[in-house]
Amino acid sequence: MKIVEKHALWLRLVHWFNVPLTLLMIWSGVLIYWANGVYPGFFPKAFYRTLDLQQKLAEGMAMHSLIAWLLIVNGIIYLCLLAASGHWREIFPNRKTPAQVVPTLLADLGLIEMPNTGDKFNAMQRLAYTGAIGLGVVAVLSGFAIYKPVQLEWLTDCFAGYEGARLTHFICMLGLSGFIAVHLVQVVRAGWNNFRAMVAGFEVEDER
Amino acid sequence: MNAELKRRSTKSFAVLLLFIIIFIGTWTWLKRQPGVDETPKPFRQVLELNGAIWQALFNPTRLVHSPPPPEKKIPRVNGTLGLSENINPENWRLEVTGDDEDDNSPHLSLTLRDLQALPRTDSNTQLRCVEGWSENMSFAGVKFSDFVQAYKLKTMPYVGLETEDGNYYVSVDIESMMHPQTLLAYEMNGAPLLPRNGAPLRLVIPTKYGIKNLKQISRIFLSATRPPDFWAERGYDWFAGL
Repeated sequence: MKIVEKHALWLRLVHWFNVPLTLLMIWSGVLIYWANGVYPGFFPKAFYRTLDLQQKLAEGMAMHSLIAWLLIVNGIIYLCLLAASGHWREIFPNRKTPAQVVPTLLADLGLIEMPNTGDKFNAMQRLAYTGAIGLGVVAVLSGFAIYKPVQLEWLTDCFAGYEGARLTHFICMLGLSGFIAVHLVQVVRAGWNNFRAMVAGFEVEDER
Repeated sequence: MNAELKRRSTKSFAVLLLFIIIFIGTWTWLKRQPGVDETPKPFRQVLELNGAIWQALFNPTRLVHSPPPPEKKIPRVNGTLGLSENINPENWRLEVTGDDEDDNSPHLSLTLRDLQALPRTDSNTQLRCVEGWSENMSFAGVKFSDFVQAYKLKTMPYVGLETEDGNYYVSVDIESMMHPQTLLAYEMNGAPLLPRNGAPLRLVIPTKYGIKNLKQISRIFLSATRPPDFWAERGYDWFAGL
């Protein structure tokens, strides 16, 4: 048995700050969306009723505009340390990624053995983590485009206008929700050793 | 090896548990703080801080660009707060006070004709609701900045506006009121305003959410201190700028 360091302390701190902040951001965003639910299928009345999400536009806006700053600060710290530490090399797609996408996906679905590339994160993880960072950045930008469409009109125009920015922001939320759901399933599947690494920083390897 | 594993594991999970407790505790504490205008105080302070930031960054040369509304489109009516059915445009007067804290400040009592005699501005604009929807509109009226100039009113940091029954009232920072697209409007989409859209006179301020676009204005006053604002008292951001 051998202790192997896996996740740096800064990464764990940023990750665990991100968890409640992101959940509160999505929650307060739904409170706001309720006031003008224009996208068909989102969300059923029972969903709002059960979770007590109705008639809370003002509360949602107050929450959203507080949590947003905390998330932005956390996000900037993450991006700076991601660049400075070189951790980006472990999670951004690299030259090997395209060829590995299909085998990794098939392995994730349990159809074949996971190909061993010797990398800390496989092709699907790289795509998912990089995609989540991208969604976060776009969510912030489209959020500002909705928040100040007159003062930041140039930004709103980048999203083809106010309605485009709202749709983009909503899609980012769905994308991040999807990421979180898949992430949780994968964490459960990967087991205790992997989860402990996100808390304590190390994994235990069997020595052969 | 086992001892170290156990020690590091225990320490880290203890820290995580502490983190969870502190987070839930902080959030619960925040939500339970005494309310200021129906918002727990820390949230209100952040709303005010955000407002101050965007007020400081406010650039009056930034305009709302909007195509004209589709023809014969019936404008959405989202609220009848403060509206009275029995306003007769002939008897209606706009009461204007130059400084609500100074009894000697100029006081005006204006008819609709007085306002229509001032320079007319036509404007295609977009009304954006705090709920999230928006609508292209066109309005005609007098720019608030022209109005202030015509009656030689001294600008003060805030402007308060009220309906006749006093049930709906808003306050707006002077920079946003002096924006070139801020109108005291008497026409909408090419026709005189209808009562439900705010006849005889309404505020059109496209740099703010619709909640500030008071209909059926009866009283306008300038003030050194921030006058009450209906929706800010009900949990919304006072600045409400776009």
